[in-house]
Amino acid sequence: MTQNVLSAFKGKVSASNYKNWIGVAPFFLFAILFIFLPSIRLFVDSFKDNNGHFTFANILQLFSEPYILNAYALSIKISAVTALGGAILGFLLAYSVTVGNLPKPMRSILITFSGVASNFAGVPLAFAFVSTLGRTGFITILFKDVFGLDIYQSGFNLYGFAGLSLVYMYFQFPLMVLIMAPALDGLKKEWREASENLGASAMQYWIYIALPVLLPSILGATILLFGNAFGAYATAYALTGGRIGIVTIQVGAQIRGDVLHNPGLGYAMAMGMVFIMAISLAGYSWLQAKTERWLK
Amino acid sequence: MNLSARLRNIPFWSWIWFILGALYFVLPLYATLDFSLRMERGVVGFKAYQSSFEDPEFLRTFGYSALIAVVTILASALLTIPTAYWIRLKLPQARRIVEFITLMPFVVPAIILVFGLIRIYSAPLTIPFTDIVLMPALTTFKFGTNILVVAGYMVLGLPYMYRSVDTGMRTVGVHTLTEAAQSLGANWYVIITQVILPNLRSALLSGALLTFAIVIGEVVLASFLGVPAFGPYLFLLGQHRAFEPAALSFTTFLMTWAAMGIIQLVTGGQGQASGAH
Amino acid sequence: MTHLALTNVSKLFGDFAAVRDFNLDVEKGEFVSFLGPSGCGKTTTLRMIGGFEIPSFGNILIDGEDITNKAPNQRNVGMVFQSYALFPNMTVAQNIGFGLRVRKESEANIADRIKEMLSIIHLEGKAHSYPYQLSGGQMQRVALARALAIRPEVLLLDEPLSALDAKIRVSLRAEIRGIQQRLGITAIYVTHDQEEALSLSDRIVVMNTGKIEQVGTPFEIYNFPKTRFVANFVGSLNTADAEVVDVQQGLLIADGVLFHTAEGTKGRSVGDKVKMAIRPERFSFASEQKKANVIDATIENITFLGAVVRIEVKIGNANFNMDTFNNPFLELPKIGSQTKVTCSREAVLVLDD
Repeated sequence: MTQNVLSAFKGKVSASNYKNWIGVAPFFLFAILFIFLPSIRLFVDSFKDNNGHFTFANILQLFSEPYILNAYALSIKISAVTALGGAILGFLLAYSVTVGNLPKPMRSILITFSGVASNFAGVPLAFAFVSTLGRTGFITILFKDVFGLDIYQSGFNLYGFAGLSLVYMYFQFPLMVLIMAPALDGLKKEWREASENLGASAMQYWIYIALPVLLPSILGATILLFGNAFGAYATAYALTGGRIGIVTIQVGAQIRGDVLHNPGLGYAMAMGMVFIMAISLAGYSWLQAKTERWLK
Repeated sequence: MNLSARLRNIPFWSWIWFILGALYFVLPLYATLDFSLRMERGVVGFKAYQSSFEDPEFLRTFGYSALIAVVTILASALLTIPTAYWIRLKLPQARRIVEFITLMPFVVPAIILVFGLIRIYSAPLTIPFTDIVLMPALTTFKFGTNILVVAGYMVLGLPYMYRSVDTGMRTVGVHTLTEAAQSLGANWYVIITQVILPNLRSALLSGALLTFAIVIGEVVLASFLGVPAFGPYLFLLGQHRAFEPAALSFTTFLMTWAAMGIIQLVTGGQGQASGAH
Repeated sequence: MTHLALTNVSKLFGDFAAVRDFNLDVEKGEFVSFLGPSGCGKTTTLRMIGGFEIPSFGNILIDGEDITNKAPNQRNVGMVFQSYALFPNMTVAQNIGFGLRVRKESEANIADRIKEMLSIIHLEGKAHSYPYQLSGGQMQRVALARALAIRPEVLLLDEPLSALDAKIRVSLRAEIRGIQQRLGITAIYVTHDQEEALSLSDRIVVMNTGKIEQVGTPFEIYNFPKTRFVANFVGSLNTADAEVVDVQQGLLIADGVLFHTAEGTKGRSVGDKVKMAIRPERFSFASEQKKANVIDATIENITFLGAVVRIEVKIGNANFNMDTFNNPFLELPKIGSQTKVTCSREAVLVLDD
């Protein structure tokens, strides 16, 4: 009986394959209307001048307009720094609760907290950091009272590069924890034992086996963190009121009004972001596939 | 027992990293809570909370965001469940392309998405090279804007919703379950309502809660499409007040925590990766 | 000369004694299997030899040197894991050379050894393949080569075949034994599969609940099991409660039927309650007239097992299994018919409890 049902299924698949695509048509329609049409429209518009004629000028201008170049540079800098910092701290945390021998409950505490923190972004996160490291923030006052150190006097500014990076870290390293914890679980106990058995020290085990095995996951996750920071808008906007010149803020300003005096340049800027994000995602997927193949 | 073996049993560095991470997590939250309790000079109290919750604008915007979140979750479930089920059952070759689409929000972040949505839907949507109108300009009327907001949130939540549902279907083995139900003579209605959906409960719940967590405080789509949502309200409040925003931020955190805690409980400890803020 | 010695080795996990008072001397070049059900302590014992567990009591010596507390990476003991444990980021050659690499041997030496090992396991063509490109049997051969490459003093094998298909299991079994004999290496082999232990080993250590039940050659273990556990665990067995009737003549009575035994009543007295055991293959139909153990039986059931046909017969009120070789001309009695079965005096064993 089950066999019949099964063969009936197989028959259908081979006989009228194209009909089966009807079942996913609503999904594709949704994707076209609300993902692809908007993206393609921006893409097409970025090749149009003010009169609607085809031009490469907008794309070329991305690379010549200092205002735009600086925005990209700052975005890339913040994303790279927080991706790296988040990756390192996140990896060490994931390490400590997986193979680092911490008691079991610590793991579920950390994972839950990471789930919260990686989703706790935008306005509330910005306000939380104002309460912490703003001019009258908890830690700012603490440093002043206890160590007599005014962190703002010594160059720190929550509303600049360093501050924004610290804020981004709040959702960056938990994301790393969430990605790395399963990857570290994938390290088999037997690999460590086999390497010890063959005479390797703990250090040699990490250098020759554990890190190489984890490397694609680590790199992939770092790239994902980069994209995560690169596309962020709300946190930066809420923290600085739009006064920090990262790409997303500039794109936002362009949506509000034609601040570049050339709409096409705005679309090109948006496309530049999509391009960078697409490369990050492709890199991530490629590295992920490599790891899965190894750990199959 | 030799020294290195003994050292391995005391996870000194593990504790250091863990405490460092814990401080990073907790300090901003503690600072926010501490600040939010000091609205009245010299008194620790819930005045800021009381004052925020009593603001009719808060109730209106929060209610709006919650309603939009529920509609988004329902619409998203309605879109992803049949799609994922159909692909598992009849169209495995579509898996890759659909998974690729669900990852699009990582490539097209919210700020770009809303840019494109406004470009497309601020004018009537016509069939290319003709004047036949498929859709009126959605941004020009309230209901149309709400449709855009929900659709945008569905896109942002797609990675979580689709992955939760699809992973749920894989773990319960919907293909086999369906065949077993069919062999016992069940019709499609019975199969879906009594076999498939009950088994997807925890997967659906975690997808729904993640979507809720994303929608409730979302700012980008809401502010650029000009809807009266909680995120823009909180942002504006932050421009004029000091203590109330802290109180509401802490409340938002607690809600996110509750959502993640429930997910943790129902999925038995598998974390959910996130991204794209 | 004793190569590997375990004296009074015990391992406690909290209150639970995983291994109790384990004593064993292994000769150089000997192949010894630890056989027992899961949880009997065989793997724990193996892991203590490898250094992955530290004994709670007792000592482990290799060539007279006490290695009880040595770290695993300080012992020269090779181990083959059930799950292969090949390093996924390294090629076959790199896996095999790993132990030599961490020992800082010269590149030329390493290359030579890899070549030698690859030829031993007949995988010369796979030197540059990654583990995920190999079959299970190939992976386990690489794991064996990797353990042998460091020229270990003792080779430990922890259920190396249990993740493999039945066919490959048998062929690889022979290969392991062949390589071990050719290299003259001392091997300890943990398994729960009695057939594996019987076919591979010079000696078998049968374990149960942390204790050694019996140590002996496969022949001794199978034919002269000392305890009821060994008799039951190794091969299949008919057991019945019996009483000693006559010590001199070796007479037992089980369920109203008399059995003659060769040795079973030695050192016992009349009226002793004992456990009588007879292997199924020791029974046969009583075609010719014999003196002892010609017993009336009823055919209860017949099961075809391939090379062997298992016939269930009722003797007195108890059911016994009787195995007979299959052949196309075999004439089997009808179920329910009466017949006479027989077994030699030597086949009737009496077990310690």
